[in-house]
Amino acid sequence: MSREPLEHYVNPAPFNPYAALELTPEQERYYMASQWRLVWWKLKRHRLAVISGSFLALMYLIVIFAEAVAPYQLEARHVDYLFAPPQEVHLFDEGEFRGPFVYGIDVTLDMERLQWVYQEDRSQVNPIRFFCVGNDYPGAGYEFWGLFDGSFHLVCPSPDAPMFLLGTDRMGRDMLSRIVYGARISLTLGLIGISISFFLGITIGGVAGYYGGVVDNIVQRIIEVIRSFPMLPLLMALSAILPVTWPPTLIFLGITVLLALLDWPGLARAVRSKLLALREEDFCVAAQLMGAKPGRVIMKHLMPSFLSHLIASATLSIPTMILGETALSFLGLGLRPPVTSWGVLLNEAQNINYVVLYPWLLYPVIPVIMVVLAFQFLGDGLLDAADPYKH
Amino acid sequence: MMLRYVFRRVLMMIPTLIVISVLVFTIIQLPPGDYLTTMVNELQAQGENVNQERVAYLREQYGLDRSGVEQYFHWVWGMLHGDMGHSFEHDKPVNEVVGDRMYLTMLVAFVTTLFVYVMSFPIGVYSAVRQYSIGDFTLSFIGFIGLATPNFLLALVLMYMAKAYFGTDIGGLMDAQYIDQPWTTDKVMSVLAHLWVPVLVIGTSGTAGMIRRLRANLLDELHKQYVVTAKAKGLGPIKVLVKYPLRMALNPFIADIGNLLPEMISGAVIVSVVLGLETTGPMLLKALQSQDMYLAGSFLMFISLLTVFGTLISDLALAVLDPRIRLDGGRNR
Repeated sequence: MSREPLEHYVNPAPFNPYAALELTPEQERYYMASQWRLVWWKLKRHRLAVISGSFLALMYLIVIFAEAVAPYQLEARHVDYLFAPPQEVHLFDEGEFRGPFVYGIDVTLDMERLQWVYQEDRSQVNPIRFFCVGNDYPGAGYEFWGLFDGSFHLVCPSPDAPMFLLGTDRMGRDMLSRIVYGARISLTLGLIGISISFFLGITIGGVAGYYGGVVDNIVQRIIEVIRSFPMLPLLMALSAILPVTWPPTLIFLGITVLLALLDWPGLARAVRSKLLALREEDFCVAAQLMGAKPGRVIMKHLMPSFLSHLIASATLSIPTMILGETALSFLGLGLRPPVTSWGVLLNEAQNINYVVLYPWLLYPVIPVIMVVLAFQFLGDGLLDAADPYKH
Repeated sequence: MMLRYVFRRVLMMIPTLIVISVLVFTIIQLPPGDYLTTMVNELQAQGENVNQERVAYLREQYGLDRSGVEQYFHWVWGMLHGDMGHSFEHDKPVNEVVGDRMYLTMLVAFVTTLFVYVMSFPIGVYSAVRQYSIGDFTLSFIGFIGLATPNFLLALVLMYMAKAYFGTDIGGLMDAQYIDQPWTTDKVMSVLAHLWVPVLVIGTSGTAGMIRRLRANLLDELHKQYVVTAKAKGLGPIKVLVKYPLRMALNPFIADIGNLLPEMISGAVIVSVVLGLETTGPMLLKALQSQDMYLAGSFLMFISLLTVFGTLISDLALAVLDPRIRLDGGRNR
């Protein structure tokens, strides 16, 4: 018994009833990936965030190895070169390739205007050295992290002539080195501050969101009051009452804590609203029914669901802290020398007549803006990536 | 309904204000010793003799010999009657020391707020409607820079540029000859001529933030189904934009005044120090540096008051705009 061949195509392979459920390898890779992996994949597509992230990573590397990156030690003074202008880096001397070098500096005193006049001394070629070890120029030696002596530098001047790529300040200290050292204080302050604020935000917001009711109400009111203060004037008032007798390190800690104390309400609010929504979810109720204690439920079950989001918000509030410190120190209410942050450096640029004469005093503005921008972009990217299931 | 909402909202301000005043007063009291002891110590250190009777008189006059709680009520009572306390450094009532500065501060804050709204509204709408166009990219980029540059640094850089390239001084809020002079037409004109620099400097970051939020809100709305429907029905582009999406996006725009005002007042404090404005900012700084705490505390209280009222205004404006808020009394916000 033979049949006419069918008019349409029939797949000769045996029928697989689960075909719709099977995944291609790529799909499997995607569906089985952990949440953090998904966040990472999504972040990687955000080019600006990746660039900013790498820039910040580089900055923090510099922070760790500040002593080796800066050509001079922080307090190294060159009394013959007060307010020396930035030197240009040249490659060719009279048409001849010499590698990167700076010309010598010729100092004369203008008796009429009572001012030091700096000129390039074209006869003197001082090559810039890289990866050099040794105490062969003034200001080379340092104590790495205050722990052991060192003299390795990434970039350093030739032994017998100074090199000021960004000029010097009123005491003849190299601006470039001071900006590098300033990064250490400014950037770590942001990190420490955000850690404290993060801790406070999670604890207080967590308690408020988890218990709700009266506790929530009280916390809400506190947050409202703190937020209705204008931040900067309050910060100024609080830092003005830090005792003058405190040592610089204690002042540093005090300022950091103050910044954190004014910053946590934002984070606490985010934690609270997320928790209020999540605690009604089945997995949370299940954990409670199995007898998990509140701390465990919050940390183990609820936190992972919104931690990525929280980290993004925290990243966005680091620049606020850095700027807060910069503003305070700029006004002279924050950190004080010998602690050197970007704000402390800018404090010297407060007098506009100085700045007009010595514009390089304004250079610390550039790293401040770049770091703040980088944190903004990174935070924006993280915020986008924080919820990888949303398209 | 509206009246009830206003009433409830105003009532809610009272506990906030009380807590703020307690906090401010604590800050006033925190430095060890009071201003008089500091002054006496300083005078004695300089070898001058101190009139003990006068000290005792001052101490009694300002209630420094009473307990903290009593002093607090004394201070609040004075505040309610418009007496801001006594500046020890200037040895004058705070009211006199402050004078015009208070009004100038309010003027700067008000004009800056206007500036932010006037600038950010058209730009935000343009950026959203022409998303990813060259204009949008350029404006967003400038906006990002504006957002990242702290305004006091902007002020510093502007000052430097004006001085270095044009040889002019853009600081101050009026020409020097008008300072501490009675108000005349010329003085008003001088203030108006100087006002644009601080307004620009203080307003930049606020404008940038506003543009970004308006753009994001409007984009959200523009991607919704009803907009597609409206377009499909053949409504003109302007009508599609203005009829619903713009109105919806306007809500957060108005609500933001609550965030904007404190930001602006905070920013103004430090900017006015840099630019040397005749507002309360430089005075606050000086008072803090010399620990003239009554003066500083009164400023802080005044600035906080401005902020609280700013939030109130934004909440009320929002209630007018959005019936949902006034109908459930703001409970769900």
